[in-house]
Amino acid sequence: MSARATDDADDAASAADAAGPAGSAGAVGTTTAGPAGKPGGNAQERSPEELREHRRRGRVGMMLVVPGLLFAVAFFAVPVFSLLAMSLYTRPEGAAIGVYEPGLEFGTYAEVLSLYWEAFLRSFGFALIATIAALLIGYPMAYLVAVRLRGKPLLQGLLLVLIIAPFFSSFILRTQSWRLILSDEGVVVGFLKAVAILPEDGRLTATAFAVVCGLTYNFLPFMTLPIYANLERMDLRLIEAGGDLYASPFETFRKVTLPLSMPGVLAGTLLTFIPASGDYVNAVLLGNNQNTTMIGQVIDSRFFRAVDYPQASALSFVLMFAILILVTLYVRRFGTKELV
Amino acid sequence: MTNTVNAADTGGATGAGAPAGGADLRLESITKRFGDYLAVDDLDLRVPAGRFFALLGPSGCGKTTTLRMIAGLEHPTRGRILIGDEDVTATRAHQRNVNTVFQNYALFPHLSILENVAFGLRRRRVADAEARAREALALVELDHLSARRPAQLSGGQQQRVALARAVVNRPHVLLLDEPLGALDMKLRRQMQTELKTIQHEVGLTFIHVTHDQEEAMTMADTVAVMNAGRIEQIGPPEELYDLPRTAFVANFLGKSNLFTAQVSGSTGDWLELGFGPHLTRLPAARAVQSNGQVIAGIRPEKIVAVRPGEPGPGEHGWTKVSGGRVLSTSYTGVSTEYTVDVPGAGEFEVFSQNLRSEVFAEGAEVDLWWDERNVFGLPGDSDTEAGVEEV
Amino acid sequence: MRKFDLSRWFIPVFGGLAFVYLLVPIAYIFVFSFNDAGRTNLSWRGFTLSNWQNPCGAPQVCEAFVNSLQVGVIATVVATVLGTLLAFGLERYRFRFSGTANILVFLPLATPEVVLGASLLSQFLNLGVELGMTTTIISHIMFCMSFVVVTIRARIASLDPKLEEAAADLYASGPMTFWKVTFPLLVPGIVAAALLSFAMSFDDFIVANFNSGPFTTFPQFIYVAATRGIPAEANVIGSGMFLAAIALVLGAQLWRYWRGKRVSAVG
Repeated sequence: MSARATDDADDAASAADAAGPAGSAGAVGTTTAGPAGKPGGNAQERSPEELREHRRRGRVGMMLVVPGLLFAVAFFAVPVFSLLAMSLYTRPEGAAIGVYEPGLEFGTYAEVLSLYWEAFLRSFGFALIATIAALLIGYPMAYLVAVRLRGKPLLQGLLLVLIIAPFFSSFILRTQSWRLILSDEGVVVGFLKAVAILPEDGRLTATAFAVVCGLTYNFLPFMTLPIYANLERMDLRLIEAGGDLYASPFETFRKVTLPLSMPGVLAGTLLTFIPASGDYVNAVLLGNNQNTTMIGQVIDSRFFRAVDYPQASALSFVLMFAILILVTLYVRRFGTKELV
Repeated sequence: MTNTVNAADTGGATGAGAPAGGADLRLESITKRFGDYLAVDDLDLRVPAGRFFALLGPSGCGKTTTLRMIAGLEHPTRGRILIGDEDVTATRAHQRNVNTVFQNYALFPHLSILENVAFGLRRRRVADAEARAREALALVELDHLSARRPAQLSGGQQQRVALARAVVNRPHVLLLDEPLGALDMKLRRQMQTELKTIQHEVGLTFIHVTHDQEEAMTMADTVAVMNAGRIEQIGPPEELYDLPRTAFVANFLGKSNLFTAQVSGSTGDWLELGFGPHLTRLPAARAVQSNGQVIAGIRPEKIVAVRPGEPGPGEHGWTKVSGGRVLSTSYTGVSTEYTVDVPGAGEFEVFSQNLRSEVFAEGAEVDLWWDERNVFGLPGDSDTEAGVEEV
Repeated sequence: MRKFDLSRWFIPVFGGLAFVYLLVPIAYIFVFSFNDAGRTNLSWRGFTLSNWQNPCGAPQVCEAFVNSLQVGVIATVVATVLGTLLAFGLERYRFRFSGTANILVFLPLATPEVVLGASLLSQFLNLGVELGMTTTIISHIMFCMSFVVVTIRARIASLDPKLEEAAADLYASGPMTFWKVTFPLLVPGIVAAALLSFAMSFDDFIVANFNSGPFTTFPQFIYVAATRGIPAEANVIGSGMFLAAIALVLGAQLWRYWRGKRVSAVG
């Protein structure tokens, strides 16, 4: 079953790794010969048993991935191209609303960018603020459960469930609750007015603040869980060793814990930022019609209200493309291989 | 050097009577390649039934790959593997009557100790699997822990479970992959004795892979020293130590003083050697090569250091090398280890048992003496550093 | 010394507050499920148990809820099976197109739901597929599958391949090794992935909104109702699901904990 030729540091596991199972793509890479390495010779030579084993592994591997990959091709890859195609459709002269024909109208892209660039920027801005806020809230949560409560499995379990369980209470209901919490008659507004942070005529509903607050809240589990998963595997002795080396706990955190948990932080920030930037439920329920419109809202209304498929598709495609670029830059800058 | 070696011919092992479940193991011209990396190079080997056989070598020498091929976890690129008279080359791991004690035991964490041990029996639908598993656990003195999970056991206990799990199947060949590597020194010593006892009791063919020369020498009745995918030398431990046939074996098994010498003549059964201004002799039978330039070797504990001019330990058959100077002294209690510089011949390691109270200080002048029967001769083109442990 | 104390307390206090933050809206949902609300459940009008006694009281609530359960269960089962197989293939085997396959599995995670929804919709429109329950399920399998793969892959990667070799060494054939060793060890990961998958499906609004057509899921029902007022019965279902999820997971955990104690007590 196992893929790797696992040796006890013996027998150049790396060489086996590169050349053994990976050999399906022909001779893969050049392996550095270790102490026992005698490079040269007939690298392609294989006994019937090796070939049989190799083919068997190839067959099993294919059988495993083909169903899922077919699904992903049929319902992800092809649809993305279909979206791309639709964004280039043209509207025939005098056709009814919602009737388009295949074409190559690149002008739609210029059109949507000039019309909706503000919504794009706002979406990314909101998503960015929400991601930072979720990181500031989610990291201590994850740390509390994964590190401070280690060795107390029942309490850990309870808190972990509490992180996931909100999903079951329904996204829209939770967002609606925030509307009530932040409403003009609600406790939060009352309190903020009492301590004079909010002016007497100030309000929180239907503001950008409310939208960001909702985004932060709704995607918090996506931030917390990957960080938790990472911290949970961390060897506590490293933190203790850091405590000996550095003067303050903060220093230890900055020099030891944080760098070690970066893969989790990276995954968490991506899993928060990506859905947040495309979300529109928070903007619809907690925002207003003037200065909180997010791009998801525009895509939704272009599709369903205006029935302008090319524009909606072009917007979707631009959003996807922009996120891919941002993600690539971000992963390049902070990334590790662990993500994929 | 021929790479065809036969453990049976080298004798030495008395064995434990007629082996019950063991069978001869034969490897014929086994080669294993990973891409263009040659892990095992045209290896021939025969291990008679009931033998405790050790494959000894440094990391990357191909010993684990050899073991995995015997187990069926890897398939040879060339060659045949035979157990008894059956050619098993084409069979897969689960079809071979061979079991392995893995390096980190690889106990199944989700199964109880009893179920771990019974695993192989159940796969082969043995009728009284549970009773047999209990018996095997009793053999390793762990029957009282049969309901536990592996994680609840200490390292030494896990080691024994792994052994029981393999032994219970009465395999033709039992493979041990660095089985004691994860244990601390004290426990390792204890397990060495126990393993040996169990091997005697069950009479199976044990093949033990290790990089620890002491472990191999104390446990195995036949040791094969492996290097760079080939077997350098094979034989009982005493013989390998006393008469290494390659520089690698001389250095990897214990320590050796290797020095370049010229064969200047021969008298009867003896070869005369000159090295620098000095002379020595060695029995012709102990030399791989008997003319021209050779590499001569002598073990450090076989050298006696005395004050200049003082009489040596013997007259006939002893070599005296005078003019040595002690470069370093390290006192270990049982013995004192010196590095002595001999002009024209290089540096010599000398291990001197602390029988007398005298310990030479650094810088002291000494004469070195050795019994010429202890000298061995290697081919002149040997790499004198081969097999020296890197620190 | 003072600084050290500060940091000792900072994490429990701040982390605890974060949990409170996480639960406040749930508490609101819960409290308002007892509201004697009438048509709009926006302000407190008095305590009643009638919503809990008859959670299907409001029109279409239960229909939408059952729709969501069905979609969630089917999507979870399919996504978990496909995703587990994929995770195995990608983690343990190398083949010609494994690079492409990795990207194909990873990309949906890097794509916002609105784009996933829109692209599937564009395909369904192009093909003239009628939108409904099937298209909703397909869309959910799509985005759940990637999450399943990521979750289970991490588990497979942390599984010692020597265990499977040991099984093979102990006479277990390939399928036997899988059922007796690999699968039992992966069960916690698979269950976690399935739970996550169901949660994501049950909670999804955006993707379903694009691909469900006349079919209405529970979140869609609430979204539409939000403009006129969400019936308190929806709060009952939301709270009920929240509590059920907690009870389920905690129950499983307690059982494992208890069993662990028993095993060590016996041994």
